[in-house]
Amino acid sequence: MSEKKKEPFFHIVKRDALPWYSSLGIRIAAIVLALILCAIVTTITTGINPIQVFVSIIAGAFGTTRKTWITLQNTAILLLISLALTPAFKMKFWNIGGEGQVLMGGLASAACMICLGGKLPNAVLIACMVAASIAAGAAWGFIPAFFRAKWNTNETLSTLMMNYIATQLVAFFTIVWEVPKGSGKIGIINQNSNAGWLPQVFGSKYLLTILVAVIITIFMYIYLNYSKQGYEISVVGESENTAKYVGIKVPKIIIRTMVISGAICGLVGLLLVGGINHTVTTTIAGGQGFTAVLVSWMSKFNPLIMIFSSALIVFMDRGAGEISTAFGLNHSYSDILTGIILFFIIGCEFFISYRIQFRKKAEKEAK
Amino acid sequence: METKIAAVSMRNISKTFGSVIANEKVNLDIYRGEILALLGENGSGKTTLLNMLSGIYFPDEGQIFINGKEEVIKSPKDALNLGIGMVHQHFKLIDVLSATENIILGLEGKLNIKEASAKIEEICKKYGFEVDPRQKVYDMSVSQKQTVEIVKVLYRGADILILDEPTAVLTPQEAEKLFNVLRKMRDDGKAIVIITHKMHEVESLSDRVAVLRDGRYIGSMATKDTNVTEMTNMMVGHAVTLNIDRPKPVNPKPRIEVQGLTVRSEEGILKLKDVSFTANSGEILGIAGISGCGQKELLEAIAGLQVTESGTINYVEDDGSKEMLIGKDPLRIAEMGVSLSFVPEDRLGMGLVGNMDITDNMMLRSFRRGPSPFTNRRYPKKLAEDVVKHLGVSTPGITTPVRRLSGGNVQKVLVGREIASAPTVLLTAYAVRGLDINSSYTIYEQINEQKKKGVAVIFVGEDLDVLVELCDRILVLCGGQVSGIVDARKTDKNQVGMMMTRVGGSEKHE
Repeated sequence: MSEKKKEPFFHIVKRDALPWYSSLGIRIAAIVLALILCAIVTTITTGINPIQVFVSIIAGAFGTTRKTWITLQNTAILLLISLALTPAFKMKFWNIGGEGQVLMGGLASAACMICLGGKLPNAVLIACMVAASIAAGAAWGFIPAFFRAKWNTNETLSTLMMNYIATQLVAFFTIVWEVPKGSGKIGIINQNSNAGWLPQVFGSKYLLTILVAVIITIFMYIYLNYSKQGYEISVVGESENTAKYVGIKVPKIIIRTMVISGAICGLVGLLLVGGINHTVTTTIAGGQGFTAVLVSWMSKFNPLIMIFSSALIVFMDRGAGEISTAFGLNHSYSDILTGIILFFIIGCEFFISYRIQFRKKAEKEAK
Repeated sequence: METKIAAVSMRNISKTFGSVIANEKVNLDIYRGEILALLGENGSGKTTLLNMLSGIYFPDEGQIFINGKEEVIKSPKDALNLGIGMVHQHFKLIDVLSATENIILGLEGKLNIKEASAKIEEICKKYGFEVDPRQKVYDMSVSQKQTVEIVKVLYRGADILILDEPTAVLTPQEAEKLFNVLRKMRDDGKAIVIITHKMHEVESLSDRVAVLRDGRYIGSMATKDTNVTEMTNMMVGHAVTLNIDRPKPVNPKPRIEVQGLTVRSEEGILKLKDVSFTANSGEILGIAGISGCGQKELLEAIAGLQVTESGTINYVEDDGSKEMLIGKDPLRIAEMGVSLSFVPEDRLGMGLVGNMDITDNMMLRSFRRGPSPFTNRRYPKKLAEDVVKHLGVSTPGITTPVRRLSGGNVQKVLVGREIASAPTVLLTAYAVRGLDINSSYTIYEQINEQKKKGVAVIFVGEDLDVLVELCDRILVLCGGQVSGIVDARKTDKNQVGMMMTRVGGSEKHE
């Protein structure tokens, strides 16, 4: 009819659901590509053999038995916070307040250790700490949920603001309880009596956290996928109107879910204060309340995938510390590497959902 | 007609979404001075095909010729530059802006509202539109909004016009007005394509029909040379009978009594005013009215989802005892032992959860059963299998998320679930909206089936032909008030249409 026009060079087509092995393949390819790019960047910018860098990253995470245990313990903490946030996110409730909920849990257990240490038998003291930290975290989850359920306030803002309140409260009590006076920190609590220190499991001081993480992972997986409450959370998250239509009381679900979310965060605070650090500072959560948001979404709210996501992030972080000392590189250098890897992992989701179709060269002209 | 050069000819157009073939080697010609009706069942690829013409999708294969010249349409802007304009089923207007502002929105060049208004008035005069360029969109009726959409594409110089189910939201009178405008535009030499499921519109309006089935082009013919049965057979692929059954009500007894019901929206706007009626068991009570006249609020009030201002809604038991439904939520109503099923208008927004699979959607009604804290998917899974089998839901499997099903199949899943709970009251809102003939008849059959079982059916509909054929009585709403209740066997759609626009409007007609 007339001259043949050029088709655009490529266009984007939505894919059907991929079988699990193809999507796994895409993800592995993304990580491999990310590592190659990391290697290239390393060689160009520092001149260091990238293989050496990777070796010391691995050494940093798993170099000695102790390092391995700490990597596992940190993974467990990040995993626990991610699991705590997940029910809220599944309900499309933006809980950015994990940081504050953890801090409050930590503060509550520190308060028990300081005020009740030596006055109660150790077992009773620990029971009090568990109850107090869970209650404090739950309260920090309840407040924004209540406002949201009652007056439809924006939970992203309120959970975020609750973080600052928690930080300020911890800062305040740091001054109240500081040891020695004027040092501006609390120091190790009950260093001599060890009152309120969580017990070691099977003779390892790392195992308790890991054990709790395993239990909560299994619990959360079953809760979200097979319980009636988990089903209600999914329905509310997908459509509040549908939830009302089948008689689900949306405010009740919002509050209940956030109390659970906050309670698990509070439990993490207990583990950090009573089990790992034996002190409380404003930075004890270390930003993991925010990293956990990433882990939860990256794993598509699947607790089992979260194990790998949080392990990857902790692994990179631990390795980062190592290369900064081994090669005299700035600690930010590892952040760059982590950034590259996350970019590829998140970016590969595009190729799982879409296909790029290139112009066909030998297209017949219709007459 | 063969001697003319087609305004648009699509050749060997294919488009797939994942493994779903939406269009396969479709050829379609559109001529100037002609109204083409594009027919096909749900999911036959009509909208996909026209979306490719208007630049929303890009074809995987094939060529598009505009006025005999091959063109590549990559975006809606490309399409408009070629004179192709599409009026979508869902309006894309900004409520707080005036008609003129909406029409010139996004155009390049200097903003000159006065000049634009003059040009709009000129277009309106030419084709007989009634638009006040200064009127804000939020003040407009649905048909006015649609007019603004049409003027918008004309203003941008479109001479190939595509309308996707334009009459779905109009009263018969408004639709007739639209048709007159479209005829004028045709006589002016524009090419017009219209998608519709209403066969009588096809017959009265179009010059030519083209039929798609399963994404393939079946054929086209002049409208005057064909008839409804032939067209339907082409669409479905086998012979179908097109009669809606209307069995006599068996032993009707009052089931739902509504007295003086008044409802205000959250913004304080009066949605229902002093509505009273009785719905009987074993009977289909049709509700007619222009969309947004309180139908939604009425059904939701009965279902326990709407806050009411005054009035009573009583559920009448078989023994005559009455239970008040107002002030109770759906859970309480169900706990009282009232089995009330509701097929809401917004299927994926209210009745179903789009991202869940068919089994989990079946579970929405029944997941609370039993004392265990865990869900039991055995019963919902069986129900899902039954619904898929008996209602002929076309789906890859019961683990497919319902949002991936076509509109008709989504509706079958919803109706199937609601009927499965053996209701005594069935509320349906636009049960066949957007459904093709075949699916629609499946739904009518299901509703009649319930009626025979003694269920009180309240059927909110928009197609008056269907209301008049299917229902026993029709309640007409006009601006939230009861315009009248008529015996469907003794009325016609003109009378109902008049009552929709004016309270008690029938006297003028007769």
